[in-house]
Amino acid sequence: MSIEQVLARHPGRSRDHLIPLLQELQQELGFLSRPAIRQVAEHLGLPASKVWGVATFYNQFRFQPRGRFPVVVCRGTACHVKGSAAVLAALQHELKIEPGATTRDGLFSLEVVACIGACGLAPVIAVGDDYHAGVTPQQVGRILADCRRRAAEDAPTKAAVEEALA
Amino acid sequence: MQVTINNRPAEAREGETILELARREGHAIPTLCHMKGLLPSGACRICVVEVEGQKGLLPACSHPVQDGMVIQTHSARAVETRKTLVELLLANHPDDCLYCVRSGTCELQDLARAYGVRRRRWPAGLRHHSLDVSSPALVRDPDKCILCGKCVRACEEVMGVAAIDFTHGGSWTVIAPAYGGDLNRSPCIGCGQCIVVCPTGALRERSQLDRVCAALADPELTVVIQHAPAVSVSIAEELDLPGGQDFNPQLVAALRLLGFEYVFDTGFSADLTIMEEAAELVRRIKLGGPLPMFTSCSPGWVRWVEQARPELLPNLSTCKSPQQMMGAVIKSWFAQRKNLDPAKIFSVSVMPCTAKKAEAGRPEHAREGRADVDAVLTVRELARLIRQRGIHIQELKPEHADLPLGMRSTAGRLFGGTGGVMEAALRTAWILLTGEDSPPLRVAALHGQDGVKFATIEAGGVKLQVAVANGLRHAQTLLGEIAAGKHPELQFVEVMTCPGGCVGGGGQPIHKDGEHALERRQERINALHRIDDEGMLRRSHRNWAVNELYREFLGEPLSEKSHELLHVHRTPVLDEEDALV
Repeated sequence: MSIEQVLARHPGRSRDHLIPLLQELQQELGFLSRPAIRQVAEHLGLPASKVWGVATFYNQFRFQPRGRFPVVVCRGTACHVKGSAAVLAALQHELKIEPGATTRDGLFSLEVVACIGACGLAPVIAVGDDYHAGVTPQQVGRILADCRRRAAEDAPTKAAVEEALA
Repeated sequence: MQVTINNRPAEAREGETILELARREGHAIPTLCHMKGLLPSGACRICVVEVEGQKGLLPACSHPVQDGMVIQTHSARAVETRKTLVELLLANHPDDCLYCVRSGTCELQDLARAYGVRRRRWPAGLRHHSLDVSSPALVRDPDKCILCGKCVRACEEVMGVAAIDFTHGGSWTVIAPAYGGDLNRSPCIGCGQCIVVCPTGALRERSQLDRVCAALADPELTVVIQHAPAVSVSIAEELDLPGGQDFNPQLVAALRLLGFEYVFDTGFSADLTIMEEAAELVRRIKLGGPLPMFTSCSPGWVRWVEQARPELLPNLSTCKSPQQMMGAVIKSWFAQRKNLDPAKIFSVSVMPCTAKKAEAGRPEHAREGRADVDAVLTVRELARLIRQRGIHIQELKPEHADLPLGMRSTAGRLFGGTGGVMEAALRTAWILLTGEDSPPLRVAALHGQDGVKFATIEAGGVKLQVAVANGLRHAQTLLGEIAAGKHPELQFVEVMTCPGGCVGGGGQPIHKDGEHALERRQERINALHRIDDEGMLRRSHRNWAVNELYREFLGEPLSEKSHELLHVHRTPVLDEEDALV
């Protein structure tokens, strides 16, 4: 569904529609793109700065597409006590991105959540559908390397690319 | 309503807040986020007071007075709470007061001093946002921001621009443009109204003082300076002298002491603007449009039209602003007269404005790769230079500006306040329309600080319908009414971006109590009106120096030469990707 189609579901132009619109657009697009923000602002007669301000206030919204391997770090109380801050720092260092961002190669995105609900496994991170329990900062490199290897294995071979091009 | 405030009886008015009552009764309550005339936001809590029978302290700015209230503005608890609030604000503040441009005019610094903060109470949890130097007009320094939100409100509610807002949340909150970008990729028009309301150094002008000082020290360069009509009626305030007086002759003397070789008056090019603009208006009326014609002296307004309402560009006068007309004349006619190489002239202007800095750097304001105006100083920057040199402006012997570009009519001086450009233009348009030189000098309907002002003037069988928009937000209101067909006969509209006109510009002195901003602007306007009332030369077209410029160099208004030097073609700012609106 396009941005226009989502907007058309909200013909009322009052600002009450702002958050539902942002949620539906993220649902459709996977993230809130610049054109999405701009068109929501135009649709509701609000300044883009206002829409951006509201969208960035809530953790549920993201402004870049998710990576192929979304990395979710639990920053709940139990994980915090067990050292999740250091795990997060190691991930940021390895990936060179802030929480909420996606690496330039599109492989990884980093997110922080309040609690994954697996306190017994603290500190815990999720990479896609895989949950890693009792993670230490030292393990971060290996977990990411596994993902990179999987991505490389899935990548089309040189022959396949040449065939596709021919 | 009878109340007691600081043990004294007082009569309270229905619906007023505790703060309004206290200020009226002469009890000072500090504020950081309060903006007179706007709904209270109650964000900073520095105005809390103790009210008998209330468990908690009450925010004076947003709490209405009730009958029988017993208020203590400085109870031990209120004072202790305020001190704690200041200490909390300082917990992530850079504390680099010594190096801060707002040292001495910072409201946070003042509070820390008044409430006896003598040490850092909490370990520094400093933020590290990058400095936004992307705008040619102003600098944004989020590390110094205390999140009072006054800039956001000035930008949105006062100016109708809304370039910035609160983004993110909690301790990550930062005031920023949309998309996490910088000001140059936002709808910011550079007006600087955010600077004037900022209590700290988080917003400040993009200073060009270093470049000016370097030019003054360069023996190869002839450094000339022009100063705008609204400068000499406000510079005194920035030098801690009483406001509301004109210091024009002393300012000229000070500028010479600072080493400027020639001192010119932007009033001259304001007169020149009138010659061109009045001729343009009359031509449009005779040739059928496009009307209404809008003035183009105010660079914030011009920028806003370019990016938000490009369809109105044909209605904008093609005249450059007085600053740019002066710049063009200096590096052409003046250079020729003095046999100077334009490349060796460094042209400075002093403006009540930060948008003028951006205007001077625009490519259409350069010829042969050289800017017509090389550096623009705000009133605040000039005052810094004057203070550095230990000049006491009030003790200087009055001096005259250099001729011919220092010659101006008092109509040119009126440019500094709302309605002034219109009054000046009408005086000259009158003779063009009627052939008679007996215009109404003062048009009372155009005075005052109302949002939109209208007047109808009958001249030689022609009915001239004009309007004045005092501030960009009111211009937006007027544009809405025009679009709705409410003013079909309107022919000429003056728009000044800032409230009150240039006297309320973003480059003007910063006063810590924003309470009296309106009155201060009026004082400055009154000073300009006094100059005009007492003036001998009150019509732009009678300025002999302007006439000499036409005789010797330009020919006549709207001539080919005038077009080359004094007019511009305007193009919309289109940026689909970033959506500047």
